Amino acid sequence: MIAFLSRWASLPTFYRLAGRLLPWLWGLTAVLMGAGLIGALVLAPVDYQQGQAYRILFVHVPSAWMAMFVYMFMAGASAVGFIWHLKLAEILARVSAPLGAAFTGLALATGSLWGARMWNTWWVWDARLTSVLLLFFLYLGFMALQAAIEDRRRAARAGAVLALVGVVNIPIIHYSVEWWNTLHQGATVSKLSNPSMTWDMLWPLLTMALGFMAYFAAAVLVRARCEILERERHRRWVVEEAA
Amino acid sequence: MSSPLAAAWWGLLRRDLTLSARRLGELGNPVVFFAAVVSLFPLALGADTALLRQAGPGIVWVAALLATLLSLEGLFRADFEDGSLEQLLLSPHPTSVLISAKVLAHWLTTGVPLLVITPLLGVLLQLSPLAQAVLFAGLLLGTPTLSLLGSVAVALTLGLPRGGLLVSVLLLPLFAPVLVFGAGAVSSALLEMPVLPYFYMLGAELVLAVTLVPLATAAALRASLGS
Amino acid sequence: MRIAEFFAMGGYAPYVWGSYGLALTVLVYNAWIPVRRHRRLRLSIQAETRTASRHPVAPTHRISNENGA
Repeated sequence: MIAFLSRWASLPTFYRLAGRLLPWLWGLTAVLMGAGLIGALVLAPVDYQQGQAYRILFVHVPSAWMAMFVYMFMAGASAVGFIWHLKLAEILARVSAPLGAAFTGLALATGSLWGARMWNTWWVWDARLTSVLLLFFLYLGFMALQAAIEDRRRAARAGAVLALVGVVNIPIIHYSVEWWNTLHQGATVSKLSNPSMTWDMLWPLLTMALGFMAYFAAAVLVRARCEILERERHRRWVVEEAA
Repeated sequence: MSSPLAAAWWGLLRRDLTLSARRLGELGNPVVFFAAVVSLFPLALGADTALLRQAGPGIVWVAALLATLLSLEGLFRADFEDGSLEQLLLSPHPTSVLISAKVLAHWLTTGVPLLVITPLLGVLLQLSPLAQAVLFAGLLLGTPTLSLLGSVAVALTLGLPRGGLLVSVLLLPLFAPVLVFGAGAVSSALLEMPVLPYFYMLGAELVLAVTLVPLATAAALRASLGS
Repeated sequence: MRIAEFFAMGGYAPYVWGSYGLALTVLVYNAWIPVRRHRRLRLSIQAETRTASRHPVAPTHRISNENGA
């Protein structure tokens, strides 16, 4: 098992494989996003309660989903790197963090824009947005920790511990915030969390979500390749690849 | 019936407490900070009793968090600097168990003093006896959790420049649930709604922290010391 | 009329287009930066190799193969 992993996780193999996959992934991203955008902006019917503004959902919800997914990916990669001492896993964890933070920030910003018109307030302490805010801090903490430690090995292992502690906390955070939110329920009946969905609203949402996922795959691979080049730049295989 | 591990655990606890007792002045710092921060709020918010009563529990909780953050730095620093931390990791006893002794010592010297002056601060913030009681009980469950979570954060940032700031950033999201339930318990009590669920959650978090966090802290220390 | 309606988004134009524009900016930026960095890294590695071959020096730094040997 270790031998199998070590072979496939070898950096040159991954580098070349990623290089071959990338054009397909970018293409897939373009197709999915294109279809999703047309569905979201043109084809989906107008919501009878929220009018056209609800269309923000088609970027807000996929962003929030990706924010969660990327954290799981980051924690998983960290765990694999920690347990099996795999450099590739460490690299994947490290490079996915900024992407996760970007999705989280996007979810917050779009959520804020959505709330601004709907409830005339730029921020809403609704359960989901608050959880996402705390998730944002988790990402920033992870990135700050990695940035503060010079030695990459130590940084990866420390990051792994942090990511895993965070993972255990995420359901707790989510649950506590939901509870807190129902206690302090004000005007925030959350249309943000439960828009009524018909199929012609659902398919653009799913398509956009898949598009975001394909984008993440592509972006992670590019970043990982950069990281590999930086770390291994004096090795023969890198010199040959770069030529 | 004492095993070598139990003996080591007690020994470590006694050692840390003795070392803290020698620096009694330092123990006062988090307490004074706690009181000072809480006192600032009426100055900032105005002396309106109703407002202070409503905001008070939250203020106390946040101030307790800040005061603990101040004192966390010292949890491993002295041992790190004189090499005894490495000895701890090298010992045949499970590191996580030994760490729990250190964290307990930290709580006894930081959390407990904070608890002791909480009633006084409650008076400053015009809290009712019921609010005081629920606040105290919540902090009783929450401060050990805080010490535990803090130990991971400090272990991760051991020896780093401006580590203190980083600890705060790391700790904030991790501590948020405890804050929510602790302060929420008081709000709930004041609305004459059930308080027990909140204590169940605080208790559950404490149990989870006691069992899992020392393992994480041990792993973090190993990562930081490069063994 | 339909195109104008499309852009107006029922009066919510700044919010809707703001969100989509923000999303587009974030995604494009996060894709472009690493692609550019990759290109620059490759060029820099090529440059280093050319310099090294032009001025062969007693190896103080061995170029190792992929298994670190």
